[in-house]
Amino acid sequence: MSVELTGAEITIRCLQEEGVECIFGYPGGAVLFLYDELFKQDKVRHILVRHEQAALHAADGYARSSNKVGVALVTSGPGVTNAVTGIATAYLDSIPLVIISGQVPTNAIGLDAFQEVDTVGITRPCVKHNFLVSDISELATTIKKAFYIASTGRPGPVLVDIPKDVTQQKAPFVYPEKLTMRSYNPVVKGNAKQIKKAVDLIVSAKRPIIYTGGGVILSDAAKLLTELTRLLNYPCTNTLMGLGGYPATDKQFIGMLGMHGTYEANMAMQYCDVLIAVGARFDDRVIGNPKHFSNESRKIVHIDIDPSSISKRVKVDVPIVGNVPDVLKELIKLLKNSKEEPDKTALQEWWHQIDTWRARDCLKYDRDSSIIKPQMVVEKLYEVTKGDAFITSDVGQHQMWAAQFYKFDKPRRWINSGGLGTMGFGMPAAMGAQLANPKAKVACVTGEASIQMCIQELSTCKQYKLPLKIVNLNNRYMGMVRQWQEFFHGNRYSESYMDALPDFIRLAESYGHVGIKIERPEEVEDALKEAFKLKDQLVFLDFITDQTENVFPMVPGGKGLSEMILV
Amino acid sequence: MENEAGALSRVAGLFSARGYNIESLSVAPTEDPTLSRMTLVTKGSDDVIEQVTKQLNKLIEVVKVIDLTDGNHIERELMLVKIKAVGSDRDEIKRLVDIFRGSIIDVTEKSYTVELTGTSAKLDAFLDNIDNSIVLETVRTGASGIGRGDWVLKV
Ligand SMILES: Cc1cc2nc3c(=O)[nH]c(=O)nc-3n(C[C@H](O)[C@H](O)[C@H](O)COP(=O)(O)OP(=O)(O)OC[C@H]3O[C@@H](n4cnc5c(N)ncnc54)[C@H](O)[C@@H]3O)c2cc1C
Ligand SMILES: Cc1ncc(C[n+]2csc(CCOP(=O)(O)OP(=O)(O)O)c2C)c(N)n1
Ligand SMILES: [Mg+2]
Repeated sequence: MSVELTGAEITIRCLQEEGVECIFGYPGGAVLFLYDELFKQDKVRHILVRHEQAALHAADGYARSSNKVGVALVTSGPGVTNAVTGIATAYLDSIPLVIISGQVPTNAIGLDAFQEVDTVGITRPCVKHNFLVSDISELATTIKKAFYIASTGRPGPVLVDIPKDVTQQKAPFVYPEKLTMRSYNPVVKGNAKQIKKAVDLIVSAKRPIIYTGGGVILSDAAKLLTELTRLLNYPCTNTLMGLGGYPATDKQFIGMLGMHGTYEANMAMQYCDVLIAVGARFDDRVIGNPKHFSNESRKIVHIDIDPSSISKRVKVDVPIVGNVPDVLKELIKLLKNSKEEPDKTALQEWWHQIDTWRARDCLKYDRDSSIIKPQMVVEKLYEVTKGDAFITSDVGQHQMWAAQFYKFDKPRRWINSGGLGTMGFGMPAAMGAQLANPKAKVACVTGEASIQMCIQELSTCKQYKLPLKIVNLNNRYMGMVRQWQEFFHGNRYSESYMDALPDFIRLAESYGHVGIKIERPEEVEDALKEAFKLKDQLVFLDFITDQTENVFPMVPGGKGLSEMILV
Repeated sequence: MENEAGALSRVAGLFSARGYNIESLSVAPTEDPTLSRMTLVTKGSDDVIEQVTKQLNKLIEVVKVIDLTDGNHIERELMLVKIKAVGSDRDEIKRLVDIFRGSIIDVTEKSYTVELTGTSAKLDAFLDNIDNSIVLETVRTGASGIGRGDWVLKV
């Protein structure tokens, strides 16, 4: 007979069994027994954030930067509702998280008890799965399932809601070694016949393109993707979520595609004859108007672990349901043995065409400006960090410039909220990335509006000595909103001016950090160098940038990919 | 699907969240008490039905999804309908119930309660044949479906 433990002990033991080293949370009435158990042990480190939204983003950044499951712990009621934005953020980008939430005691559920909300109901549409544990005998298995579901197949957040009385009750503890779930068996290997079909199509291409997304990052398939792309000598483009999946400094890389993608990537996407999609979901920000996209006759191969990602917005010709690395390995093997070879002359012509598009230099900006150009700050950040930092971002123009101008050669270095587009994500995500990679350089590229959405986390950074570099591209506007208003709403800047900004330098200093204000282009590089020299300090770099700068290229909503507004 | 609390709301939630419509839905435990079987009737283009099927399959508690209209199938729905029955209507209604092979299961001086099973179309047809103004109450279960012949849906 195994020993009897309380529900709280069991929960923490489960986390230990899963090898969880770090969790992010905020205490409250319903989770007091859990916090008591955390107190009594030292295997699982708890990071106390200042707002539950940040706990989720930090766990998320931790997961994205490490490929471990991120874990957050929040109390019932407002603890959960505060966490919802973070849960939805992780859900839309398919990030593996386990969220443990406290709930009112089982006998109080449904009575509008103090700090009671229907957590399972509120979070249902934005989790991969969730559980209410009403019986302590199911607690350990449920937590095991949560980790399993979160990290396998298409990853995602899984929430486990534990009523307070369950954390108090006792039960024997056995952590199940294996799980079998008859209703959950994600596919791994791709169908051999489909892979064979894909190979035939791939070698027959005259104007091919490889389009990859978050699935390559999530499944750690960057090396295999690089091998495949080089083997074929085909051009490669990444989605916002797929950056780092293929080295951005490589000549076969043609940049990000989509709404703010490069001219060459979008044109190649529109005019290719064979499209090889790998772990990407044909998002509306990526293909523009699907009607325009479908007008072109092209054949599509789509590799994705989630059947519902396939043929959702764009019909594909060769669907392959499977795990990216498994399918790529098989593809590479078959391609190496294939007697057919791609048409070299056609490919050469295609590359020639792409180079003509490239020559358009769609990311150019005024390098001689006497006002700081935000693009230049990101370029300098890239140089100063030698392209080797973890870069998180918030949401807006700065996010797009970070994506366009920081050349990500490695996966998991670019951490941003693409699907939900959550302002406030950047700094807490950077905290998570820093905790998962204590020795690494971590910078958060943000804007003066976004950073204020989780600014309270400067306090958490102080407490845990997280030496983040906050790169604030301060244009005094919700720049992305202002840009749309300029283009599509007759320059009426309705409520997009950021008035009454704090003095970010003194604000940072009041939390015990270093603040630097940079107003001239020639100071940018030195400021960044100085910031990274301060290895143990969080440095808030407030760059006063050009208010009028816009993100180009831009595919306006409802337009086809080739209808870009160019600078 | 797993016979668990919350499974039904996940299915219902999926339909409303993604804008699919539910024409009807019926669900109850099966011979294996850990499993429930649900028959859900929806309408949509082939593409929509494909997405509905894929999205349902993604739900962790859903064990298996089949589209009964892909093959031969049998479909039945139960309806209880309370009808105002006075004067000459009483015979008229009785005759109609016989034609539709239903039965009158409760009688008062002013009303009949009729039980009728069949395809949803048959129940519609029955109602079409009764003057709407004397229909007092209708309760329908929604269709339950099963494949024809020896073929069985097993998990
Ligand atoms: C202001 C703003 C502007 C934006 N502009 C752009 C833009 O210009 N260009 C752009 O690309 N995006 C842009 N986005 C992001 C966009 O909204 C989407 O988030 C993004 O395009 C989705 O990327 P993805 O297709 O790689 O899919 P992800 O959301 O990363 O999804 C990953 C896919 O991979 C699959 N997958 C996961 N794991 C595996 C596995 N192991 N094996 C196989 N498949 C797997 C999943 O099922 C899923 O289909 C913008 C966002 C914001 C906020
Ligand atoms: C929580 C949230 N609210 C609103 C928005 C809509 N939105 C997108 S970008 C943006 C402005 C961001 O401004 P800032 O952080 O200063 O970045 P900039 O675009 O100026 O670089 C807003 C309000 C959002 N993405 N997230
Ligand atoms: Mg701004």
